[in-house]
Amino acid sequence: MKSLDFSIVIPYIHLFFRGALTALEMAVLAVLIGVAIGTFVGLGKMSRILPVKLLCTAYVEIIRGTPLLVQLLIFYFGLPQILGFTIPEFPAAVLALGINSGGYVAEIVRGGILAVDKGQMEAARSLGMTYGQAMRYIILPQAFKKMIPPLGNEFITLLKDSSLATTIGFPELTRAAQIVAGNTYRPFEPYLTAAAFYFVMTVTFSFLMSIVERRLAASD
Amino acid sequence: MIEVKDLYKNFGELEVLRGISTKIEKGEVVVVIGPSGSGKSTFLRCLNLLERPSRGEIKIDGKSLLDPSTDINKVRQDVGMVFQHFNLFPHKTVVENITLAPMKVKGVSPSEAREKAMELLERVGLADKAESFPSSLSGGQKQRVAIARALAMNPKVMLFDEPTSALDPEMIKEVLDVMKDLASDGMTMVVVTHEMRFAREVGDRVLFMDEGKILEEGTPREIFENPQNPRTREFLSKIL
Repeated sequence: MKSLDFSIVIPYIHLFFRGALTALEMAVLAVLIGVAIGTFVGLGKMSRILPVKLLCTAYVEIIRGTPLLVQLLIFYFGLPQILGFTIPEFPAAVLALGINSGGYVAEIVRGGILAVDKGQMEAARSLGMTYGQAMRYIILPQAFKKMIPPLGNEFITLLKDSSLATTIGFPELTRAAQIVAGNTYRPFEPYLTAAAFYFVMTVTFSFLMSIVERRLAASD
Repeated sequence: MIEVKDLYKNFGELEVLRGISTKIEKGEVVVVIGPSGSGKSTFLRCLNLLERPSRGEIKIDGKSLLDPSTDINKVRQDVGMVFQHFNLFPHKTVVENITLAPMKVKGVSPSEAREKAMELLERVGLADKAESFPSSLSGGQKQRVAIARALAMNPKVMLFDEPTSALDPEMIKEVLDVMKDLASDGMTMVVVTHEMRFAREVGDRVLFMDEGKILEEGTPREIFENPQNPRTREFLSKIL
């Protein structure tokens, strides 16, 4: 059995740092897209207008019922066949992640809204507010607070899932490990290094979230 | 002022209201009593369409609520409601709870809304709590704020849905006092309650409901001292 030698990673360490930064960037952009889509789809799923409700339900079911990897492959390799042009790796990966995240965020949004006591809507409506006003001023601000913890989890998921962009050749963190493994003929150390980078990022973020959650709980 | 004719409400198979008809005059305080499950809250909630009746007719000031051309948001501005569980907005301060609807729904200016809110808080004895959040108030204080919030819209009618049922006993009086004060001011009120003393002292008319119907109605004196219907007698004998 050969011993591990992490010094072989050191000449490439800048690749890992750059990859980690890219992964973070992808996760941040994807979660923003996810929240934008998810808010509309989540509200749409609760709509009384049947076609809207069906469309949004279908979106959530399809997104959640198919692997993200396959969605990414369809986005990057499949779509150009129809569009006639290729979407560059970075936007393709971010869009695929964001659209995927939208399906999950939709459920988070819906859950957050349903978690607000229904007396709140009744009180708002009884004062003459429209459904839209009640949502905007009363329900959503309260729902958003309930959505923050699960949105934090969603961000962590996206951070890890950004590694799938390796499959379309985009140089993020996992791809960096792959390159180093290829150059050194030693896969174990670079992949462990990549895992450590992901781990440090997710643990740090989890820790920050736990502080935020404690603050939120205190203000209740 | 309010006219209810042959009101029915089903929840699926369950018939909760089975033909309610009554009239409520301007300035009148009507107290609705009856066992739980008798449909009294549902009846009250039909009066501002928080529940949609299955059939029947409700008119407020001659305007039919169930007419599709009626703007229900407009109607609700004139019908204030106070809930058993207060339903204050927890993310807003006391004064914001009161000013929000007048500003957003009626377009009242912030300064005017605030002035009115402070006046109302003074009236319910909570002016010093204006900047507090609801979570820091006692149940009785919350309910007084909820009453002020409803009054801020200048409603013509106030509906009270068991306003003291969720309160600790020692806080009931402060809420009932505010309601008495309102009644003596000439507010039209419909009150679902188990507070029989309030019904007796403040009510102009008492409706006894059971199984989705009004079984008996009359002045508090008639209902409490000489109930005609055996169900009314049975109910009153259990609670008095």
